[in-house]
Amino acid sequence: MTGAGDRAQGPVPPDTAGLLRRAAPVAWLVLVWVLLWGTFSWANVLGGLVVALVVLTVFPLPPAPGRGWLRPLATLRAVGRFGTDLVVSSLQVAWQSLEALRPGPPIRSSVIAVPLASSSEFVMAVVTELLSLTPGSVVIEVRPEERTLWAHVLGADDDAAVAAFREQVARLEADVVAALGRPAAPVTYAPGTDGHAAHREGS
Amino acid sequence: MSAPTAPPGESGLEVALDAVGTVSIVVGVLLALVASVGLLSLPDVLSRMHAATKPQVLGLLLVVIGGALHLRTSVDVWMLVLVGAFQLVTAPVTAHVVGRLAHRGDGVRRDLLHVDELTDRPDTTDPGPDEPEPDEPEPEEPEPATRGRGRDGTGHADGDGTGRRRGRDGAP
Amino acid sequence: MTGLPALLDGVLVVCLVLLGLSAVLVVVRLLRGPSGLDRLVALDVLVAEFLVGLVVYAALTGNSALVPVVVAISLVGFLGSTTVARFVRRGTDR
Repeated sequence: MTGAGDRAQGPVPPDTAGLLRRAAPVAWLVLVWVLLWGTFSWANVLGGLVVALVVLTVFPLPPAPGRGWLRPLATLRAVGRFGTDLVVSSLQVAWQSLEALRPGPPIRSSVIAVPLASSSEFVMAVVTELLSLTPGSVVIEVRPEERTLWAHVLGADDDAAVAAFREQVARLEADVVAALGRPAAPVTYAPGTDGHAAHREGS
Repeated sequence: MSAPTAPPGESGLEVALDAVGTVSIVVGVLLALVASVGLLSLPDVLSRMHAATKPQVLGLLLVVIGGALHLRTSVDVWMLVLVGAFQLVTAPVTAHVVGRLAHRGDGVRRDLLHVDELTDRPDTTDPGPDEPEPDEPEPEEPEPATRGRGRDGTGHADGDGTGRRRGRDGAP
Repeated sequence: MTGLPALLDGVLVVCLVLLGLSAVLVVVRLLRGPSGLDRLVALDVLVAEFLVGLVVYAALTGNSALVPVVVAISLVGFLGSTTVARFVRRGTDR
């Protein structure tokens, strides 16, 4: 593990992984900088490095929660599934928008509480973000201390739809946990949760 | 990918890329059109927000892909990639902030909700939508709170099993 | 061979017209309200459609000078709507 980082030369610091983790946002900002300039040149990289360091010194980020790296295969699968969800639900909401033009009772929705299996706030944030990205569901309240999020789901007008949405979130969460890897996304059982997402992941 | 040797609009490959890009753009634009219709036809703010997410996410992504296929110079392509990435990161934040406000205020028609498990279970730490609190600033931005402050593993500290089953929680 | 590029350009022009139409629909919601949040959501969609229009225009003309504008607007639009959301609430509580 020591010496694995290409940025950590010299006297080996005790916390190589931590250093790498702190280097990640710098690398990301430099990448954005270079992309904004549009052309790769060493002047751009150096300028980006300076800007990134200044920005991160002035506005320090909270420590990243993860240990270890994304797992590539699981990440690919999660991205693929999410893409499918995105397309399907976009078409669904498009249909519902057109359907609402017809005279008749307006469309009904639900505000659904979804308990999560993972105790990690980071997983919660990612799941929230992904759910809000998908048309048809918007997370309107998050309470990390209860490990529960509340989502408004368009067109969920019976108990079956509510249960289906909970199932969808559980699958999404399992995907996220699988992609992040267990150390970064601990799953512990709360007394109230069923932990079905954790079961699927546990194999 | 980019074929700078051929004059624009001549080679078969370029026409094919243009065609694919155009199809992508057309789908994205149709999504935006339907979203505008939904903005008018859906009954309350929260429902309309679902329609609004469509051109912001999938619609814009499709159009950006289409535009990148048309423009094909590396500077533009990378900038368009950035636009897509920014949009993916920022759109849910707006949606979340607006949705939260809408549910606390009068932005949702309660008579059109099949279940409302949030109103059924008011939070003790949270002033409900009925409290006026005119001068108090909005509780801190929700995003930093959910983004994780390294408090992992301590999230199950309070009474989980008690409150969760209240309300109409008939699902598994 | 000359027919297809011309056709594609025509399709893009139709796209711009459709975008204009949807912008009109959004403006109707923007004017009608009724709450500040409604207007905010409508404004958000308007910005998104404006971005889409810019990209389509750039694709149509091959003029990439507008691409940095798209980047800038996508960022400023987000900042704007998130900031306004914090203030809009007091107006909605009617």
